Amino acid sequence: MGMDATKKKNRTPFFAQPAVQTLLASLFCVLFGLVLGFIVLLIIQPGTNPETGDLYAWEAILAIVKNFFKFSNHASRVKNFGNTLVKTAPLLMCSLSVLFAYKVGLFNIGAAGQYVVGAGASLYLALGLQLPWYVCLLAAAVAGAVWGAISGVLKAYRHVNEVISCIMLNWIGLYAVNSLLALVKDPASPYTLKIKENAASSVLPSLGLTKLFPGNKYVSLAIPLAILFAVLVWVVLSKTKFGYELKATGLNKNAAKYCGMREKRNIILTMAIAGALAGIGAGMLYLTGYEEWSCTQASVPNMGFNGIAAAFLGGLHPIGSIFSAFFIQHITSGGAYVDKTMYCSQISDFISAVIIYSCGFVLFIKQNAQRIRNRRIERSLQLTKGGETA
Amino acid sequence: MENRYAIEMLNITKRFPGIVANDNITLQLRKGEIHALLGENGAGKSTLMSVLFGLYQPEEGIIKKDGKEVTIKDPNDANALGIGMVHQHFKLVECFSVLDNIIMGVEPTSKLGFLKKKEAREKVLQLSERYGLQVDPDAIVEDITVGMQQRTEILKMLYRDNEILIFDEPTAVLTPQEIDDLMQIMRNLAAEGKSILFISHKLKEIMAVSDRCTVLRKGKCIGTVETKDTTEAELSSMMVGRNVEFHVHKEDCPVGDVILDIEHMTVASKVHKNNAVRDVSLKVRGGEIVCIAGIDGNGQTEFVYGLTGLEPLVSGKITFDGKDITRMPIRARNAMGMSHIPEDRHKHGLVLDYSLEDNIVLQRYWEPEFTHSGFLRRKNIRSYAERLIDQYDIRSSQGPLTNTRSMSGGNQQKAIVAREIDKEPKLLIAVQPTRGLDVGAIEYIHKQIVAQRNAGKAVLLVSLEMDEVLDVSDRILVMYEGEIVGELDPKKTTAEELGLYMAGAKRDSRKEL
Amino acid sequence: MILLIQYMLIFASVLLLVALGGCFSEHSGVINIGLEGIMVFGALGGALVMRYLPDGTAAVWVILLSVLAAVAFGMLFSLLLGVAAINFKADQTLVGTAMNLLGTAAATVIVKAINTAENPDNVSATIQYVQAKKAFLVNIGDFEFNWFMALAFVLLLISYVLLYKTRFGLRLQACGEHPQAADSVGINVYKMRYAGVLISGVLGGIGGLVYITAGVSEWKFENGVAGFGFLALAVMIFGQWKPLRIALAALLFGLFRSLSNVYMGFDLLQQLNLPGTVYNMLPYIISLVVLALTSKRVHAPKAEGIPYDKGSR
Repeated sequence: MGMDATKKKNRTPFFAQPAVQTLLASLFCVLFGLVLGFIVLLIIQPGTNPETGDLYAWEAILAIVKNFFKFSNHASRVKNFGNTLVKTAPLLMCSLSVLFAYKVGLFNIGAAGQYVVGAGASLYLALGLQLPWYVCLLAAAVAGAVWGAISGVLKAYRHVNEVISCIMLNWIGLYAVNSLLALVKDPASPYTLKIKENAASSVLPSLGLTKLFPGNKYVSLAIPLAILFAVLVWVVLSKTKFGYELKATGLNKNAAKYCGMREKRNIILTMAIAGALAGIGAGMLYLTGYEEWSCTQASVPNMGFNGIAAAFLGGLHPIGSIFSAFFIQHITSGGAYVDKTMYCSQISDFISAVIIYSCGFVLFIKQNAQRIRNRRIERSLQLTKGGETA
Repeated sequence: MENRYAIEMLNITKRFPGIVANDNITLQLRKGEIHALLGENGAGKSTLMSVLFGLYQPEEGIIKKDGKEVTIKDPNDANALGIGMVHQHFKLVECFSVLDNIIMGVEPTSKLGFLKKKEAREKVLQLSERYGLQVDPDAIVEDITVGMQQRTEILKMLYRDNEILIFDEPTAVLTPQEIDDLMQIMRNLAAEGKSILFISHKLKEIMAVSDRCTVLRKGKCIGTVETKDTTEAELSSMMVGRNVEFHVHKEDCPVGDVILDIEHMTVASKVHKNNAVRDVSLKVRGGEIVCIAGIDGNGQTEFVYGLTGLEPLVSGKITFDGKDITRMPIRARNAMGMSHIPEDRHKHGLVLDYSLEDNIVLQRYWEPEFTHSGFLRRKNIRSYAERLIDQYDIRSSQGPLTNTRSMSGGNQQKAIVAREIDKEPKLLIAVQPTRGLDVGAIEYIHKQIVAQRNAGKAVLLVSLEMDEVLDVSDRILVMYEGEIVGELDPKKTTAEELGLYMAGAKRDSRKEL
Repeated sequence: MILLIQYMLIFASVLLLVALGGCFSEHSGVINIGLEGIMVFGALGGALVMRYLPDGTAAVWVILLSVLAAVAFGMLFSLLLGVAAINFKADQTLVGTAMNLLGTAAATVIVKAINTAENPDNVSATIQYVQAKKAFLVNIGDFEFNWFMALAFVLLLISYVLLYKTRFGLRLQACGEHPQAADSVGINVYKMRYAGVLISGVLGGIGGLVYITAGVSEWKFENGVAGFGFLALAVMIFGQWKPLRIALAALLFGLFRSLSNVYMGFDLLQQLNLPGTVYNMLPYIISLVVLALTSKRVHAPKAEGIPYDKGSR
């Protein structure tokens, strides 16, 4: 019996492994969001579709989860898959931005604002100055980095909570960009000029991806580039000296100081890099021409906040972010396919919001699970000890 | 006959996994007396108080109030019984006024819940006059002196009509003048019929103010004595005992050049407004172990922070290996050959959520051996970690990849010791290196420290443990209230004498140490 | 000019109410980033009542019932923060962000569902309350007085008294400053924090209702409340967590907000030729500068954002 206990102790049970737990927690959050979404749909319209015999709510949830798979025709399926990917790229970048800062103990709620100034910089350079796409993308990165660095400096030298400064900067950024982009606005609408028609050299190159996604005009370099960034963030965080320092600062500021790391510099750099990631994300969307910027928009785009969702849902792992960002964009796009005579597409936003909310509980549940497990191990050890003495 | 005791804790036993924190302890507090509770760190004083406040339930023993048995399940029960405590770290809301802090929780209000501050203020002023507790009720707590903050805490107890007042290490943060005032206040309180339990390890104060004294050592009750019938020396030996369970084998070693020279170091305190370290000067030479002895909270922590660069100095100069390092950043000090085994291994020593190997290279990851053009050389880190794990016998479930948090305290400490020693330092600063470890681990770490000294390194040991101080060191400097008050030769001194210095009962005239 | 004052007062009322809400929550020790979401939900509650009350309802009832609905919805929504932050020790920033997204999304879904159920062709997220809204207004000459201005003023006084003159206020603040100290004198920290969060729900909910009735008589819920929750957060910080200063800050920021609407009417401002967005941006810039200059001196409640764990005394 003593042998058994020691054997058990040495091997972590499958469900107690961190990676498995993270995955389970994320799946739980997703499930919770979908179930709650389903219940809401059911309350809105509890009826059954007489043609198929299924609940309307069930059909709607399926439509959301299926997204582009709903098309039986291969061509439109691929085309819409491409569209989902086009919007996944910026979301992934925002989630990387949030995640990167979070690893260093900073909550980058400012990804939204860094995204906004990235959009402003890239679109203005494209439409106003007709600069090539790589300059525009670089400008987006720089603008985002500056925006993030402001929060970093305020945090490191003035002890201003980064959450508060980020919120202020989000709105400053929004109004500044609205004014800036009004200079390159389509006179007939609140939207900026169409980039494909007015600044062809600024459009992100498609790299032949349009062949993979026939009929889709927006797939571009952005998609592989975003994935590359995810890998890059993963490499920086786990393979480099820089990442080692940043994580140490985030996990134990005192220990970082003790071994001579420069925590202040690390905080500013982290926010600058996080900002650059979010800024590039904006460039990746607006330089494809998929969307134009509305110069009258009264609230900060949700992309940055959804980045928070993707980061947490992905278990705060860059590679996990690839999947979670895709999933969130997938259901958001899927929202467009619910039956509009009964439901609205915002049900997807609702589900994503519920998913983020439930992510808040994950840490608590994980810790408690760990505590219970530790107590159980302790008790079994005490039992074996008792057995030995008796 | 009327019962003589205000509160009695009879035959209290409290066990934790692995240790008996309180072993059949009896403490009887007479009405109107000042009763001192004396013991070293870890003697079981705080466990006993936690039992009294219902934070722990004892396995054995009972508590009696005025001769009647009572059960105390939580601090509110204790409050209801009229037991109040001034904690070592004050529980005051800093941005509130003195008055608000005193009445908080028992606010006098009108029926609608409006505060009747006038009424409260009158009562506070009355109390403050009666017991000689000078406070300004309208002052904001963060603006007033530590002494007045403490008087606020005392008034908090009096405002609640508490009869039994417990003072937990109340003099640790006070200036000598403030200490005198406090002593007078305690006498006033006792004269007015309050019963006082005074937790301390400062013998002089105990002798000055208490009527009786109960001494704890290693969880056991050593005895209760009338203060007027005893001496500081007797109390000291009761507190320290002298168990020669193991002795560090140590041969004489030639002393080399001065490696570390500290001149007039003064460091500010984070907890109170007085300086934590005051004008400390000392030298450490190669091949000697200099020990800073003293009771916890006498400035040792801040001294080490100042020396290692974690806190800036208010004034003074540090010369290390011939260079002025007073303003040098931490990384540069480390690179010059300063190693630091920190006091709190969880706060400073380890990144607990890093793997063992990542913690082992915490002081060296930036060296070319472990980093190449920005990338960590994982292979080298692994083999280096494996060598240290092997050489220093660090035990863990998954070797270099073990999550450090899951390791035992002894092995965590071994990892730190290995890391700091293997750097081949010129100066090893070891702060309470054996705190909370079992005998085997203690012996091991002592051997490593002595080996460093034998190799000609300078060693600065900061310790609270009497045995460790006497066994390991070559020279003892006693720190009391932020100052070096004496230099002792471990071969010539006794535990009793050391105890007197540590408790502030004895000090050398100022000289170059 | 009168229009400017009118706008300033009504926007200031919104900001004041919501910022006071945030102030209560933060004084109890819970950071409330989710004010924006609470406002949306309060607005939704009020709008639904206004929509469904029959046209001839007496003004008193319209005001009373819509405010009650806003309060109920706001409180209910703030519970999301309470449960997560107090019982489950969740990251308060994460939860607040989720609440903001959830508020707008849920309100949109609900309103659209109601609209579509009535008329399958109506897929808008707009609620109209042209008639009901008149209940709030009294014309005094050219000045359009809104009862909510008075309500905001009254609630300001009540907040001030509650926070500084009562036992409740003292205990609430203790929980946000030093929960261990509060616990040591027998105050239930969890209960007080719930109280703080729920009050922020009440005030935030009313604030939301006031916002959607300021100037317009229909509201498109897809737009949320356009950042007013965040602006209120700035007001609270600028007011240094003190009700009277918050009131002044609300007036100032209300002035900026209304200037962005009506600055064209002033020769002087028109000559400055600043885009309207500058006036929108200014409050945030000012807050940020003030924070940078004073953050070391002025302190937010010390324990805010830190979950209280009874075990760690």
